[in-house]
Amino acid sequence: MEQTQATPELRSGSTPAPGAPAPGAPAPKARAKQRAQVPSLQTFLIPLLAVLTGLIIGGIVILVTDAVVVAAFRNFFREPGEALKAVWHSIASAYGSLLSGSFGSPREIIEGLQTYFAVGDPAPLLQAIYPITESLVASTPYIFAGLGVAVGFKCGLFNIGAEGQFFVGALGSAFVGYKLIGVPWFIHLPLAVLGGAVAGALWGAIPGYLKAATGGHEVVNTIMMNWIAFRLSDWLLNGPMKAPGYRPVTPQIEASAELPRLFALPIRFNVGFFLALAVAALIYWLIYKTTVGYEIRAVGANPDAARYAGMSITRNFVLTMMLSGGLAGLAGASQVLGIDHWVGQGFSAGYGFDAIAIALLGKSHPAGVVLAALLFGTLRSGATRMQSLAGIPIDIISIIQGLVIVFVAAPAIIRWLFRIRAGREEKLVLTRGWGA
Amino acid sequence: MTIASAQMTKRADVTGHRVTGLVLLVIGLAIFGLFGAALEPGLETKFGLNPGFGSQAIKIPDLVLPTQPAIYMLAGMAVFFGAWQLARGFRSVGAVIGIVAFCFIAAFLLWAARGKTFNLVGMLSSSLVRATPIALAALCGVISERAGVVNIAIEGIMLMATQTAVVSATISGNLYVGLVVAILTGMLLAAIHAFLAIKFKVDQIVSGVAINIFATGATSFISSRFLERNTDVLNNSGTFPVIAIPLLSKIPILGPIFFANNIIVYLMILLVVALHVLLFYTPWGLRTRAVGEHPKAADTLGINVYLMRYVNVILGGAIAGVGGAYFSIGSVGRFDEIMTAGKGFIGLAAMIFGKWNPVGAFFSSLLFGFADSLQVKLQILRVPIPSEFLLMAPYIVTMVVLAGVVGRAIPPAADGVPYEKD
Repeated sequence: MEQTQATPELRSGSTPAPGAPAPGAPAPKARAKQRAQVPSLQTFLIPLLAVLTGLIIGGIVILVTDAVVVAAFRNFFREPGEALKAVWHSIASAYGSLLSGSFGSPREIIEGLQTYFAVGDPAPLLQAIYPITESLVASTPYIFAGLGVAVGFKCGLFNIGAEGQFFVGALGSAFVGYKLIGVPWFIHLPLAVLGGAVAGALWGAIPGYLKAATGGHEVVNTIMMNWIAFRLSDWLLNGPMKAPGYRPVTPQIEASAELPRLFALPIRFNVGFFLALAVAALIYWLIYKTTVGYEIRAVGANPDAARYAGMSITRNFVLTMMLSGGLAGLAGASQVLGIDHWVGQGFSAGYGFDAIAIALLGKSHPAGVVLAALLFGTLRSGATRMQSLAGIPIDIISIIQGLVIVFVAAPAIIRWLFRIRAGREEKLVLTRGWGA
Repeated sequence: MTIASAQMTKRADVTGHRVTGLVLLVIGLAIFGLFGAALEPGLETKFGLNPGFGSQAIKIPDLVLPTQPAIYMLAGMAVFFGAWQLARGFRSVGAVIGIVAFCFIAAFLLWAARGKTFNLVGMLSSSLVRATPIALAALCGVISERAGVVNIAIEGIMLMATQTAVVSATISGNLYVGLVVAILTGMLLAAIHAFLAIKFKVDQIVSGVAINIFATGATSFISSRFLERNTDVLNNSGTFPVIAIPLLSKIPILGPIFFANNIIVYLMILLVVALHVLLFYTPWGLRTRAVGEHPKAADTLGINVYLMRYVNVILGGAIAGVGGAYFSIGSVGRFDEIMTAGKGFIGLAAMIFGKWNPVGAFFSSLLFGFADSLQVKLQILRVPIPSEFLLMAPYIVTMVVLAGVVGRAIPPAADGVPYEKD
């Protein structure tokens, strides 16, 4: 398929047309379509409100599971002030520690800046920006993994296997990282990154091939691949890849395979974040500006039409799942090479499911995914502090995520809650049933 | 379609059958080479046909087989079927593949248990028990998908029900309260899924995944906020006792497998039969299937499509709730995080393999239950395969089955398609 035949609608838009790509649309009409592609206010409003609603409901969950608040409400009619105070205290301590865990305190940052410019001592400043850098650190794998799931959606494939692909990617990177010794960093680091991508891509390719060749639904198969990945890693970490000692972990990777850090420890911020942004730009280019991306979107929008146009469904399914798995593998690589420098059991805790929420929230657009990943990375890193300070289990984030997915997928609920009139919102076409 | 292309499909078919035959032949030779050839002769394998202690079944002698000759016989059988398939082709390829697969597993067991005793009845009985949650998940899938709603939230529904069951049973001190609460939990979550899928026409797979994520988060949240610190008062319920059915449980082999189980296993078997009758022999079943195949036609005939879908999905939720109860109050008496371990998804695979049919779903669940319990038994036998690989078995079997080795299944026509009234 010639790329020049693409209608403006498919070339410029942030949204795939739900129907078949119709080549050669008349010019004036095309221009009108292009104008319609300017993202409306609702494109941003609905996801924002979805997150807000998720946080509010999360807050309610925190309140009703807080013994102090519940006890205070037993006496509500005698001392309503006390009850409200308890509510305020509970929420403020939870979301307050979440905020300070995500961004740090502005006062400390300003004071740090003042010290730095007055005396030239960076230590207070570095300490003050530590929470922000941790948020960016947490966002890095999310950007990769979210892009992975988003690429799958573009082809109508729902990759729930980012979790397993993340894990095997991490193991692949770690393997290259500790096995190659005495190699200069400019060879070792790219190889280690590539190791993660290739491992993830292979893990994704299997469900992709099964989907194309046999129709076995990728949702079930990627879940199965997740469990297989966990078992495989159990075996690897207790056997072939085990470091000397008692714990089931891999050896430390060589220093030449580490993603360089930009500040002294404890700040773990590293070039992985910029790599993630670069990959997001690359994926944008690939999906919207190349023939490969056009085919992926065409197959996703209407497989039958794509087949009639001479595109291979099998090839696109396998390619997309490899891309998707490779990106999830990169997420694992960035975590190993940039942050942990070794892999242990339970390494991939929840990244795959977070990635789904991120891709949906970002409307499967690379720019949206980056924003959503920043949001969830911030939430995650803040939630760690919330867990230690306010005693709220970090799983509250999963609850909020589930809610956000529902609200993003069902904008009608948000419109109804906030009394917003329906706009020119496009319908999200994501996956197909068992047969397709 | 021209005659030429028809001939070509036929030729492709024949090639496909030849390839199958060749693969089967190779499997037969592999049985011979892997398990048979390297054995020292004179070994015997003992298959225990009596369950463990406390069983009321009449004792019968164990089945003792000479290991090597038995393996050779199985290898010969597989080679024969493979060669016949290669040369002439069978009409029912699925059955042949099944027979050869049986030969392989039987030979593997003979080899693994050489010179030892292997409790066959014990394993088959644990297969049924382990198949129970899978079958219940599959039944939940069957009933909602027959009405045209894809329910991928089964995993999350079961997980949530597992937790509510054990907590309510511990607090009330009554396991039946736990079971009822689990059913109600299942119905509530399924109702949310139905509401999103039917009313808001949300992509059904997305809604299912959202419920799964929510359930994982919510159960872990409650677990670490309450259950871990108060195990005795919240998370320690005990389990349903085994009820041996009088007389029937005394039958050798069949008795201990089918008639000495706890209430959830019996409920599952009852539900399989009941759903089969309901779906295929009652007006309600006819309506359900009509709504799933061609909702517009059903609507024209005055069937309330939305109502049928709501009722079916919520009923499915009740069944998944029973499945959830199995994990806690039906087997270990406490809740652990993520204890369903993908069984809901395996249930979906069982549903597809069983061709959206309650009885078919039950038998394919047995297959998964068998893979699951085989893995446990092999660890006990100290087979020289790392236990992690044995643990993968149920998941690999699921993928192989989904790949449609035994023919491709066709889902209900309107499965996963929201219905819009004109």
